[in-house]
Amino acid sequence: MVINVGMKMSDKFRITPKPHQKENRNASLHSALRIVVSFVVILGLWQVVVVVFAMPTFILPAPLDVFEKLLQRREVLFKHTLVTGAEIVLGLFLGLFMGLFFALQMLLFKPIKRWLLPILIASQAIPVFAIAPLLMIWLGYGIASKIVMAAIIIFFPVTTCCYDGLRNTPLGYLDLVKTMGATKWQRLRHIQFPASLPTLASGIRVAVVIAPIGAVAGEWVGSSEGLGYLMLQANARMMIDEMFAALLILSLLSVSLYFVTDRLLKKFIPWGVS
Amino acid sequence: MSANLATFSVPKSSIKITITQGYLRYLDSTTPTLNHLNMTIPAGQWTCVLGRSGCGKTSFLRYLAGLLDQQIEWSGELQIEPANRALKDQIAYMAQQDLLMPWLSVLDNVLLSSKFGARGDYSVAHDQKVQALALLEKVGLADHANRLPQQLSGGMRQRVALARTLMQNKPVVLMDEPFSALDAVTRYRLQDLACTLLQDKTVVLITHDPQEAIRLAHHIYIMQGSPSTTAFLTTLESSTPRTFDSEGAQLQQRIMACLEHDHGDQCGDENER
Repeated sequence: MVINVGMKMSDKFRITPKPHQKENRNASLHSALRIVVSFVVILGLWQVVVVVFAMPTFILPAPLDVFEKLLQRREVLFKHTLVTGAEIVLGLFLGLFMGLFFALQMLLFKPIKRWLLPILIASQAIPVFAIAPLLMIWLGYGIASKIVMAAIIIFFPVTTCCYDGLRNTPLGYLDLVKTMGATKWQRLRHIQFPASLPTLASGIRVAVVIAPIGAVAGEWVGSSEGLGYLMLQANARMMIDEMFAALLILSLLSVSLYFVTDRLLKKFIPWGVS
Repeated sequence: MSANLATFSVPKSSIKITITQGYLRYLDSTTPTLNHLNMTIPAGQWTCVLGRSGCGKTSFLRYLAGLLDQQIEWSGELQIEPANRALKDQIAYMAQQDLLMPWLSVLDNVLLSSKFGARGDYSVAHDQKVQALALLEKVGLADHANRLPQQLSGGMRQRVALARTLMQNKPVVLMDEPFSALDAVTRYRLQDLACTLLQDKTVVLITHDPQEAIRLAHHIYIMQGSPSTTAFLTTLESSTPRTFDSEGAQLQQRIMACLEHDHGDQCGDENER
């Protein structure tokens, strides 16, 4: 997944004229095919292992059992998926908003940058898991503490990407608009902000991939709903097949969130930074 | 008051720039980049400053554009006529790169300057849009108004940059080798176009290409030495853009001879040292 993100980022910075688009479509078709093939192969191996080594269901359920469970418990799973999905999406929005806000502060007020940057880095040194119990106490067992967890975990990549993007506006652009008499705000709004979007977009891509970690970790520490909660419950009752079902849904949720975001970013930010 | 307003709305009235004993030093450097700079840039004509790369000609142009304010120490006199407004409010700047914003359409790029300054916070007026389209028509890109810059060739992009410069409608145009990144034929065409469209402006063109200077300039200065100074080389009377003839070839020979020496002693009709 991480490698995949890297590839997408480098693709992003290339300006794609028309003839490349066909190539791109072909490439994405191929990558979709690869995903399907590897999926089938992994499931096949899994089934073989279970059958050959006669694994008991409470250690490793067969993929077919998992699918059966998936159908059987679909209403429960759906309900918890909605909760986790909401936590991830709201966490993303909160984290993005905070990241943008802090990056702007650091750009506009140099002393704030000197004070904020160490705090920002220190906040990364503390594992999110370590502060999760605190967040439970402060914000309750509900959805709020998970949203904040997801937001905290994406805060750093978003802030740094956004700040880098804002700071590294091509000097020629800045010179040009200076000769046009741009004020600080006009320059920020019309030049620096749009020029930072491609860099910010790669930050958002990373954020979308790691936000689910925050949400699920939050659910593990203490919650009464969500896929993480469901997995813990299933684990405690040795219902490993249900745990796998929840896990499968969680990965599908993350992956589709990534691809949807990637599509949207490509559509709305189709330029690179020269 | 009314006379003042008239010059505000029609900045066509050309501007003459005179520099006496100019001295320019970057604050982070101990030696000056330019010294003993004496130049007259006549109103409504093209003045070319020729020099090898690194001689400080870009610094000079950026100083005129008001882009070096905090980084340099400047002494000497910079006079403009008429002197009713600061120079930096009366210039349009064209760089070697086209500097088109990739997120704006061609039309919006031409309209870029309308976003800035005191009137920048209001939406673009309809007549500005009409004017921008007319300028795109003039540079032959009316059909491409709604495309993105990435979809255009280098020559087309530089033509958009030219239209953007014209849209600013400033009496002085500062050009920093805007044609140097183009292939020979495209460059030739763009020189013609710029020459026609910037007829009534005071143009300062920085270049390292003698042919370009001979083709477009009314006045040629050579910039060289360390710290650099400028030597007035010649005035060409014929109308621009010129075709390359034997006279031009001779002049080119003379320019090359000048540029080969590190000091401007041998060239110039008038040498201030």
